Amino acid sequence: MTATTLSSTAAGSYAARRERRKIIGYGIFFLLMALAIYLFFVRNSAADMISTFVLNPTTKEKVIKLSNWVLPTRSTLLFLAVVTTALGLYQVARGFKRVVPVLGLVSLLFVFAFLVWAVRGKSINLLGIFIFTVSAATPIAFGAMSGVMCERSGVVNIAIEGMMLTGAMMAVIFASITGSLWMGLVAAMIASGILGVFLAIMAIHFRVDQIIAGTAINIFALGITSFISQRFLQPNPALNSGGVFSKVAIPGLSQIPIIGPTFFNQTPIVYILFIIIIAIHFMLFYTRWGLRTRAVGEHPKAADTLGVNVFKVRYINVIIGGMIAGVGGAYFTIGSVGRFDEAITAGKGFIGLAAMIFGRWSPIGSYGASLIFGFSDALQARLQVLGKSQVPIPSEWLLILPYLVTMVVLAGVVGRTVAPAADGKPYVKG
Amino acid sequence: MSKKAATQSSTAKEAHPAKKQGGVMNAILIPLLAVITALIIGAILILVTEKTVVNAWLHFFDNPGAALKLTWKSVSTAYGAMLEGALNPGGIVKGIGVALRGGGTQDLAVAMVPLAESLTQSVPYIFAGLAVAFAFQGGLFNIGGEGQMLVGALCSVYVGFKVTGLPWAIHLPLALLAGLAGSALWAMIVGALKAYTGAHEVINTIMMNWIAISLSTWLLKVGGPMARPDVPVTPPVLESAWIPRLFTTPGNRFHLGFFLALFVVWLVWWLLYKSTLGFQIRMVGANPKAAKYSGVNVKRLWIIIMGISGSLAGLAGTVQTLAVDRWVGVGFSSGMGFDAIALALLGKNHPVGVLMAALLFGTLKNGATRMQSVAQIPVDIITIVIALVIVFIAAPEIIRTLYRLRKGSISEGPVFTKGWGS
Repeated sequence: MTATTLSSTAAGSYAARRERRKIIGYGIFFLLMALAIYLFFVRNSAADMISTFVLNPTTKEKVIKLSNWVLPTRSTLLFLAVVTTALGLYQVARGFKRVVPVLGLVSLLFVFAFLVWAVRGKSINLLGIFIFTVSAATPIAFGAMSGVMCERSGVVNIAIEGMMLTGAMMAVIFASITGSLWMGLVAAMIASGILGVFLAIMAIHFRVDQIIAGTAINIFALGITSFISQRFLQPNPALNSGGVFSKVAIPGLSQIPIIGPTFFNQTPIVYILFIIIIAIHFMLFYTRWGLRTRAVGEHPKAADTLGVNVFKVRYINVIIGGMIAGVGGAYFTIGSVGRFDEAITAGKGFIGLAAMIFGRWSPIGSYGASLIFGFSDALQARLQVLGKSQVPIPSEWLLILPYLVTMVVLAGVVGRTVAPAADGKPYVKG
Repeated sequence: MSKKAATQSSTAKEAHPAKKQGGVMNAILIPLLAVITALIIGAILILVTEKTVVNAWLHFFDNPGAALKLTWKSVSTAYGAMLEGALNPGGIVKGIGVALRGGGTQDLAVAMVPLAESLTQSVPYIFAGLAVAFAFQGGLFNIGGEGQMLVGALCSVYVGFKVTGLPWAIHLPLALLAGLAGSALWAMIVGALKAYTGAHEVINTIMMNWIAISLSTWLLKVGGPMARPDVPVTPPVLESAWIPRLFTTPGNRFHLGFFLALFVVWLVWWLLYKSTLGFQIRMVGANPKAAKYSGVNVKRLWIIIMGISGSLAGLAGTVQTLAVDRWVGVGFSSGMGFDAIALALLGKNHPVGVLMAALLFGTLKNGATRMQSVAQIPVDIITIVIALVIVFIAAPEIIRTLYRLRKGSISEGPVFTKGWGS
């Protein structure tokens, strides 16, 4: 008996030691961040420098004006370094009850410190970064919503990238032919919906490994879009100029400072995204269809036993998911630049998947995650504009930022999230 | 211990004679039909995007002969150009005739160039296909071939032009080694992330691809750290680091790397099926949980698998640059990483199968280049064909239904970790 108690306390102390080491590890990480703020930012800025953040839109819009946010560079940075150090010391000494939010806060402080340093002696339009963040997050969020639709019903959709690419091309072609951007949007939805049908047939009927099925669709989309682009779009540029949705300000809401121009003065595709997010959230958690979807994604056998048609639910969800991805793809062409280039989606579909994981398969959480990835994209674009004298980092390195952030977030988060239990498993009836 | 286990597994295999019988059909007939079907669909795609053909079919009842004739002409021009560009059988026969009549072998040598080029283009496919197949065997899905190739090529080219004054026997192995090490480390990051955080390798390898592309555009931009001052490509690799070409006929780029590829095929086969490590890798691939309970360090193995797979993909880039291009430019590895997935599936993840598939793809790709110049059909048609091949191989039931074949066992494809955690 003594032996068992001994071993159990030994195991307990081992687990406690591991836990303790983890807590201290986080603390050391926070302290390192503080040190980085001091070494890289504080020491590289002069005492009399000032960082200015503009919070008003550059265009003439009816917004309640805010005064610029003027910060003394060096003392702000010192303050940030001190706060981060304090957080780190507390973590080492006592340990926060929930460390993840603190981790988020420290990351935020670090990014803010970087921004303050990058604009030292100059000014940057912070609102511009926010507006760009929302538009850069839009295709990612569409991808994430597509993923939520499919994976909640138990089908992994890695083909989002390919669906988006197809949607992007179809949108511009049909917008060019019909002269109507909305027709382009519909065409994008139909085209990617068809790819959704293919994915559904392969994954549900033929029970192909869903990652392989999705990869096949991605490659197919890459091939067919390049083929059509070279065969039709390059010889006739008229087919590749569908125009762009113009921004529509929502009366009232768009006049709120910061939030207004950021969220409520965007293109209709962004508003479609908002509607889709709210609709999926509502339908998933408050309707019969949502309950069935979640049941099928968690335990298809149980759902089947209770009379839910597992295959039907999955087919419907995957096809709708495909259509959503198509709208996201349309954003690349008729939502922003107005023309299609080969491989225009540049991995955004996969970043959307990461956003879905980060957002724990919930529509609203996924949108929050998409905003983070969109922010890294916006930051990268803005820093390039600031120029080499402010940020002595090659612009190609900044381009890496969104991908790097995706990897870091995925690494930090994936172990803590739980996918729908039947995600990726083909269902065999009987 | 492992040897005993290995024999056990082999006896277990023999206990299912029915499965073995289906194996022959699965291994040869289905891939063959898959490729043929994909090519037929490719032909249809060529036809429906050809204005004259579509017009002729729209007026089919006015002149059915013309429609059929145009269709035939369109397909035969395209695929004829492909055959000529890839193998040039007519030229070779003619060349043999000339040689037999005592006209010298000059014509034959020239006629052999397309065939040699097909083999040359197969070499990177062999390595890249092995990379994906190897990872598949260990239960990992490496879509990062693109980035790993790029990193491998950049590392070896750097050694190839920067290190001077070495004899060939040292410089070339050194350059190869640099490529191997660089791409292995690049891929091991993903393996380590999977092992220690559970982040799925599919997303991470894709992200690493984009990172590699961004880094390479920085390294290779005009005036960049690895570029020439006037053009966005690396300086030429020194002759002491060249993989030698074997023929002197102009345009014939067939090189020693082909035999290196054959050797690596054998090496991977040996590693997978004859070594302890390979047994463990396949065990992890079949069932990571069971492997863990039988004492295999799964996390360590994931990192090793990614490392080896990455270095194989790296070899694709390394050999291609040291033997064929002899410098690296932006956009060097476009699409190879994706094609490699099709190769692995087509070859059923067996090294010899991958070799066969790679020879086929090299031939197709080489022919497609010719098809583009003769019939103005974009090379991307091959990408579409490749995607279709993946579909048909992954869902053999489609092929079985199309050709009324006997039903086989379902779900013979590789099995991956489900969901997104580890």
